[in-house]
Amino acid sequence: MRNGVLLSVRDLHTWFEMRRWGFFHVGYVRAVDGVSFDLRRGECLAIVGESGCGKSTLIRTILALETPTKGEVVFENRLVSGIEPKHIKWYRSQVGYVQQDPFAALPPFMTIRQILDEPLRINGIPSKREREWRIKQALTEMKLTPVEDFLHKFPHMLSGGQQQRVVLARARILNPKLLIADEPVSMLDASVRVEVLQLLRRTQEELNLAAIYVTHDLSTVRHFSERIFVMYGAQVIEQATTNELLENPSHPYTRSLLDAIAEPDAENARQMRVVPAGDPPSLLRPPPGCRFFERCPNAMKGLCENEAPPDFVLSRFHRVKCWLYQDEKVLPVEETEEKEIS
Amino acid sequence: MNNLRRYVTQLMGYPTAVLGLLMIIALIGVAMYTVITIPYERAIDLWRGHEESWAENPRNAKPKWVNYFRDGQLPETLVMRTQDPQASRIEQDLEGIRLVTATLSFDYHYDDFPSEVILFFTSKAEEQRPFVATTWILPDGRRIETDAQALASQQRVYLGLDNRVKRALGQVPAEIGLFSDQSGQLLKGTYQVEIQGYLFEESSDFDAKLVVYGKVHGWAGTDHMRRDLMVALMWGAPLALAFGLLAALGSTIATFIISAIGAWYGGWVDALIQRITEINLILPVMPVLIMVGTLYSRSIWTMLGVVILLSIFGGGIKTYRSVFLQIKTAPYMDAARAYGASNMRLIFRYMIPRMIPVLIPSFITSIPSFVFLEASLALLGLGDPTLPTWGKLLQDAFSNGAIFKGHYYWILEPAVLLMITGLSFAMVGFALDRIFNPRLRGL
Repeated sequence: MRNGVLLSVRDLHTWFEMRRWGFFHVGYVRAVDGVSFDLRRGECLAIVGESGCGKSTLIRTILALETPTKGEVVFENRLVSGIEPKHIKWYRSQVGYVQQDPFAALPPFMTIRQILDEPLRINGIPSKREREWRIKQALTEMKLTPVEDFLHKFPHMLSGGQQQRVVLARARILNPKLLIADEPVSMLDASVRVEVLQLLRRTQEELNLAAIYVTHDLSTVRHFSERIFVMYGAQVIEQATTNELLENPSHPYTRSLLDAIAEPDAENARQMRVVPAGDPPSLLRPPPGCRFFERCPNAMKGLCENEAPPDFVLSRFHRVKCWLYQDEKVLPVEETEEKEIS
Repeated sequence: MNNLRRYVTQLMGYPTAVLGLLMIIALIGVAMYTVITIPYERAIDLWRGHEESWAENPRNAKPKWVNYFRDGQLPETLVMRTQDPQASRIEQDLEGIRLVTATLSFDYHYDDFPSEVILFFTSKAEEQRPFVATTWILPDGRRIETDAQALASQQRVYLGLDNRVKRALGQVPAEIGLFSDQSGQLLKGTYQVEIQGYLFEESSDFDAKLVVYGKVHGWAGTDHMRRDLMVALMWGAPLALAFGLLAALGSTIATFIISAIGAWYGGWVDALIQRITEINLILPVMPVLIMVGTLYSRSIWTMLGVVILLSIFGGGIKTYRSVFLQIKTAPYMDAARAYGASNMRLIFRYMIPRMIPVLIPSFITSIPSFVFLEASLALLGLGDPTLPTWGKLLQDAFSNGAIFKGHYYWILEPAVLLMITGLSFAMVGFALDRIFNPRLRGL
């Protein structure tokens, strides 16, 4: 087992079969199309990208909610993808899942106590006293106090921020090693976002959790993660440390994404932004070349549209899938970043 | 369990629901009482209508309660027997022949004429049959005599058809002529019927029963075959409830399971179920049932089976499927899967609790629709011919022109009961809908 690696994703493909009238094969929607990375213990990774780029499918595959078409997910050196649900029950208690819409993420017919009790029961904590203690502790940690006021409430009686904190408590209650958060604050009011993010951050730090934080909002990323992956058209097109990516965005798409961040600056009113026109590529029939080709301001005719760019290495952690950097070193497919670091 | 108590408490907050529940409980009570007091076989036997079982009932008599709404009292049926203690019986010996004079007397104080007068004789004889002559004595002393005749062992004498009576009364029908003075006015007072019987043998004997049929009978009235409508009204309750409940239960459960299978597995299974449903939805139910009734069998249980079969692939499939799909893809299902809930747990702890709110109101409100369906089948003459049901009553009334003859009670009674049944279930169902409906609860 490589030192420190918690989660390892190898060449992951998740394709969904399309059928017409439920019978006839039409093709595959390539929601995740060749993603590889390693996540170390306690490390925090952010995945950004626009809607429909495959972020959610990627993390659902990592959570073993979807079965990958190709590739594998390895957690603590044990394969977890493509395995019968009953054989990876151990994995379920190792991963916490925070969803986007807190209200939909909580079963509306259960009280907060029942909601937090479920993971404990399922993962075999027989002692009623211990379950009770852990529920209260998790609620206290998420600042849902006084605890007794919340235990008997139903989700719809809570505010959005409180609901999301219950979701956080549920994700955390099994003491997982990995926390996966799928746009945890995008449905919340701006006023409670920071609070929830801070709680998320604090939980992650206190428990030394590895975390995958998915968002389409780059402005919240810098407070949270060490590394950023930018996804476009089912692929990771650029990856770097947070500072590097924010200061030196290399892929044209990343640049436009950074440009689109709204800063509270009066200058914005007088300034036109260059946002690339067009739509994201069809994932049913992805273009043969670079997936950003149609919208790319720097597209090179003849090359970009025909040949898919490999990962070019810009610096130690910085890779980019763009022909603009074709002079740089190409990362061999088998080689992983681990070797490079060690 | 806690949830159940909460729902019941909420339900009690709706006065309509409480009223509906009381009505349902009353219907169930009536149904149980009926099944216990008039067993199934007895009910079928009664309804088949042997003359003997209903001989003392008037034809097309109104129910007793109409007397509360009118000035004059309509007559009830009077039955006098020679065996009764108050009947007088005098025997004389005339040289080997015995002359038995039996006198039946009754007070008539109603405000309307009776509907029919019949004398029933039973007699015993070895060779020579007894010979009787009857005299009708009015309160004013007039005597009207009937033909004398030799008695068979069972004999009915319809006074209205007797030749001598006809001659005495002229054009006036017997039930009026025998009860009026010479000006045609109803005579109240004590009537007597004197029966003189000549017995030629030592061992021979006769008994007579005089029935003066009234114009009201029981609390429900009677039909054209003298049958007491109460039997059908009472037996209609268990039959309607059984039919409605079984059909609703059968079709709801089957629909629920099938739509669940479709939604869970998706793909071609779902597509197939949906296409079958769509074809079934455009097939009209009534003509299919009429065909089955005409060509195959009219047994209520066969019909029940066909009704359930036809409604399995009904609109419910679509409704339940939509809710199932919604639940199946709900984020909290993903969350539950992510913390390791098994399929069984997902179904019983996460899906069923969400389905109950959809299931129960539609189940309750579908009961009366099946009750009405059975009644409409019966009205079309496709009801079970042996069973007394509300629909059967309506059909009898309809085919005998009840409305044109003024037998409104014949239609009113089963119709009111059908309406009460429908109303009670609808009131409870709508209240449940309001309690359970996820949208209204803001889920």
